[in-house]
Amino acid sequence: MKQKLFLVMLLVWAATGHAVEPGEVLPDPVLEDRARSISQGLRCLQCRNESIDESNAGIAKDLRLLVRARLVEGDSDTEVMDYIVIRYGEYVLLRPNGLGINLVLWLAGPGLFLIALAGLFAVQHRSKRTALTEGLSEEEEKEIEKLLSS
Amino acid sequence: MLNELAHFSLNIALGFAVVGTIVPLAGAALRRISWMQLAPIFATLQFLLVAFAFGALTVAFVNSDFSLRVVVLNSHTLKPILYKIAGVWGNHEGSLLLWVLILTLFAACAAVFGKTLPQSLLARVLGIQSSITAAFLAFVLFTSNPFTRVEFPPFNGQGLNPLLQDPGLAFHPPFLYLGYVGLSITFSFAIAALLEGKVDAAWGRWVRPWTLAAWVFLTIGIGLGSWWAYYELGWGGFWFWDPVENASFMPWLISAALLHSAIVVEKRDALKAWTILLAILAFGFSLIGTFIVRSGVLTSVHAFANDPERGVFILMILGVFFGGALLLFALRANAMDSKGVFATVSRESALIANNLLLAISCFVVFVGTVWPLVAELLMDRKLSVGPPFFNVAFTPFIVALAVILPIGSTLPWKRAKRAHLSRLWGVAVFCLACVGLTWAMQTGRSLIGPVGLGLGVWLVIGVLIELYQRTGRGMGKWRRLLRLPLADWGKATAHAGLGITIFGVAGITAWQAEDIRVMAVGDSAEIAGFTLTLDNVEELRGPNYLTTMADIKLARDGKFIANLHPERRYYPVAEMPTTEAGIDSGIWRDVYVVVGDAQPEGGYAVRTFIKPLANWIWTGAIIMALGGLLSLFDRRYRIGSVTARRDPVEGDA
Repeated sequence: MKQKLFLVMLLVWAATGHAVEPGEVLPDPVLEDRARSISQGLRCLQCRNESIDESNAGIAKDLRLLVRARLVEGDSDTEVMDYIVIRYGEYVLLRPNGLGINLVLWLAGPGLFLIALAGLFAVQHRSKRTALTEGLSEEEEKEIEKLLSS
Repeated sequence: MLNELAHFSLNIALGFAVVGTIVPLAGAALRRISWMQLAPIFATLQFLLVAFAFGALTVAFVNSDFSLRVVVLNSHTLKPILYKIAGVWGNHEGSLLLWVLILTLFAACAAVFGKTLPQSLLARVLGIQSSITAAFLAFVLFTSNPFTRVEFPPFNGQGLNPLLQDPGLAFHPPFLYLGYVGLSITFSFAIAALLEGKVDAAWGRWVRPWTLAAWVFLTIGIGLGSWWAYYELGWGGFWFWDPVENASFMPWLISAALLHSAIVVEKRDALKAWTILLAILAFGFSLIGTFIVRSGVLTSVHAFANDPERGVFILMILGVFFGGALLLFALRANAMDSKGVFATVSRESALIANNLLLAISCFVVFVGTVWPLVAELLMDRKLSVGPPFFNVAFTPFIVALAVILPIGSTLPWKRAKRAHLSRLWGVAVFCLACVGLTWAMQTGRSLIGPVGLGLGVWLVIGVLIELYQRTGRGMGKWRRLLRLPLADWGKATAHAGLGITIFGVAGITAWQAEDIRVMAVGDSAEIAGFTLTLDNVEELRGPNYLTTMADIKLARDGKFIANLHPERRYYPVAEMPTTEAGIDSGIWRDVYVVVGDAQPEGGYAVRTFIKPLANWIWTGAIIMALGGLLSLFDRRYRIGSVTARRDPVEGDA
């Protein structure tokens, strides 16, 4: 059974060579461009990690048509996104929103970066206080000069 | 019979792995020289036994021995010989055996090349390595035995996944595993050093070549995989931020950081604890990657074993080795104080910045990869993290890395003066000019293209400037350039390779053109200055597939360029269709054509992409790997050079 399910999934995945079909393309190139960029951010529900723009699955096609229909109706990009998220859940968003616990996801990189900078700064500060760097002090320089000249 | 012998030899290998863990480690702890001396012998024996088993499995695949379950499930008599052999590692059981083979191979290499190591260090390294081998051998034997027989052997097998029947992918897993598993030996070195309680410049020098080798293999493996995805999956993407791709990318990032920090340990006797931590993390991420791929916990296009039992086993291996190593690190790390001091503006600082950015970008990839799991477990939210997230969250750190790279690599050790950077100012201005110019030439598009091109130029010219500076002043410049150590050439080559890859990624992302249309035989289409003519569509038969092959003529300004043959293949054994793109590769652009199904109203759906600078991505990866290889052959790593030459005057490395 598992084997079969796996094959089906691969089938869905493999047959993706022609995601957007010629008949779907909108006549208005500006609208079509917007449709493409919106579909690249929406996940095909049936596939593994694929946007509806890339997928050949039936549901992906339905969603592509839906996106285009909304655009023709005059919706803005965010309105189209919201429309689809309300119906299919946030699972369809390939770029998760920054609400609630998702803040952790979005702030993980920048946050760690700031923490690391602060850590480095602290280390630098401490090492400056405790150990003088390898340069010689003025008195030592003078002593060397005296030794060399004598 | 051969299969039973192979199975038996795996069992014996497991025995040697257990003994090979206990005896050398105990010997090192109790200072029993005779026990420690056994370590290389155990390591070599494990390798020979596992190699025999792997050889036997290969023979079974080549001879189509359908009494073995894995062969039935993954092979077929009609398959070309190359894919019969590739089938050995094209499945869960066989690929794990390959894992173990490489584990023991690296141990055997360490045993052979490590004769100059202090005896207790070598014994500990091999002991730790044996313990990893033991864990994975147990995994193979108890959950994923490749030598399981079937009661009633069928007449033929079920074939290999057609997508995997491709030369690019045949060699993708072995390279990737050489990289993943190669990091095990640096891990063993790190643990051994923690046990010894000593990390010095010599340790850095021993660890770096292993890391370099693993990183080179990972680079080639990832590059091959990306190239394969580009031409095989049919829409010409080169990176999908798929969990399994991320699984290989994380160790790559960390091992790149490790490469750089090991230099600081070796040359300046600083950053020791951090380097040890990176060595642990690098292999830790390899294990995490294995867990992600094998458990299917994050469903992705690659996961080929959705078996919870196996997942739990790997999770245990991960917990014991990763967790144990981190615990040991926490207990012992403060014993390693750094001696080398350095100023805020110095090569050391630049390398710390490099490490920081690589580690953080790896962390971003990690969080993004496991986030769907975390959100579901903690908040019961089902969500996805896809390319749009990674592009935004990951890219800034890599851009920052590329910006500081040429600066850092021209800075001197310890303390830098402003004069060291004087030449780079001109380059920076030139690159900014490039960015501005390309931005002005393209109207109303994103900044990715111009910024990426600027960074690529910045990296490559930065390398040239650095090489120029190394020649010094006056006569004999060229001779001095030729006499630069190979490590310096390697560094220059790898950095230039990175620049070229960034250049390619920017080009393909920013300026790709696409066209979708229905074409009947005889139709012509104008796409971005190219003329495509669909001359013919034929039904043909391959060795183990049926194909619909189009014949498309590509021309520009009336001049013939190439005939492209995109295909739709159907593999009857696997009942699976695949697409083969027709690609005309060039230095400046690829023309990438995919033919789709016959349309009900006649004609075929044809998708055409113009992909600027596509080949630069993989060329850059190859150049990076070449740089690593050059570095690997530097004189100071050459085996025995330390003992063979006792001339004190030469000791200037």
